[in-house]
Amino acid sequence: MFEWVWRHLPGPAPVRWLLVAVIVLVTVTFLFLVVFPWLTPRLPFTDVTIGAHAYVGYQQQGVLQ
Amino acid sequence: MTARGARTTARWVGDILITLGVVVALLLVYQLWWTNVQAANAAASTRADLVAAWEPPATATPAASATPEPSASAAPEASTATEEPAAPQPVTAPAVGKPFALMYIPRLRDSVWGSPVVEGVGLDELAKGVGHYPGTAMPGQIGNFATAAHRATHGELFKDFDRLKKGDRVVVETKYGWYVYELDVDKIIAPTDTWVIDPVPGQPDAEPTEALITLTTCNPRWASTERWAWWGYLVEERTRDQGPPAELASKGG
Repeated sequence: MFEWVWRHLPGPAPVRWLLVAVIVLVTVTFLFLVVFPWLTPRLPFTDVTIGAHAYVGYQQQGVLQ
Repeated sequence: MTARGARTTARWVGDILITLGVVVALLLVYQLWWTNVQAANAAASTRADLVAAWEPPATATPAASATPEPSASAAPEASTATEEPAAPQPVTAPAVGKPFALMYIPRLRDSVWGSPVVEGVGLDELAKGVGHYPGTAMPGQIGNFATAAHRATHGELFKDFDRLKKGDRVVVETKYGWYVYELDVDKIIAPTDTWVIDPVPGQPDAEPTEALITLTTCNPRWASTERWAWWGYLVEERTRDQGPPAELASKGG
């Protein structure tokens, strides 16, 4: 995969390294701003409230049941 | 499949696995570091907004000086004995996501010290500070002032929850004064044990006669298979005029 990407990047080596850096930066930013915040509520270690997934349901119910 | 084709396939699979490994490592960086950075910033700005909204203090002198807090060390011990028992004016619950109080726990002073208490216990609210279960009592009121906070990641205010002991104090500051609770009982419970935030915990139909506080968080720290709750009862309330309780002086420098 890395080899395939490298072959398809245009320009001489320095330009390709620059493009690699840009791709990595954009990917990491996307992960931190979109993917990880989306994933966090779905992971099993952020539940601190009582009521089964209370933080999802309480807004509809008004009060925890 | 040719040997060359097999090698290419193996290389692709290997590259993808390496990439996934890097993504998991980044997820750890995000969870263990970045969420705490974000939560600390959110808590600081939430606290600043709240303190700004409290100015000028409801009954205090005109805002002539730059000191926002009443003087703390004006012999609170001597004054309490003779004064009429005074209670701060109660506060009402704001909209979900809005702060209304600050929490201080001397035992956990490295994390819970002037931490904003926000209405609601969703992830968005808990990302700003301590969450207040909507519908439960407000600070100092008869009933159960029920709260939750993260124990790991997202500010991890209750990261040292296991260090709490019977007799520890929890101070809740509102616009009009301070409420001091003393922790009494704790229990590890199931995530579905909603009775812990009842006005009288465990007695859903009982009429409350005492002002309680409940702290909840996850257990074990890095998982959410159980919950941990601490209960305390109100032992002291102080108006702005009376000044902050002695517990708040224990921060040191």
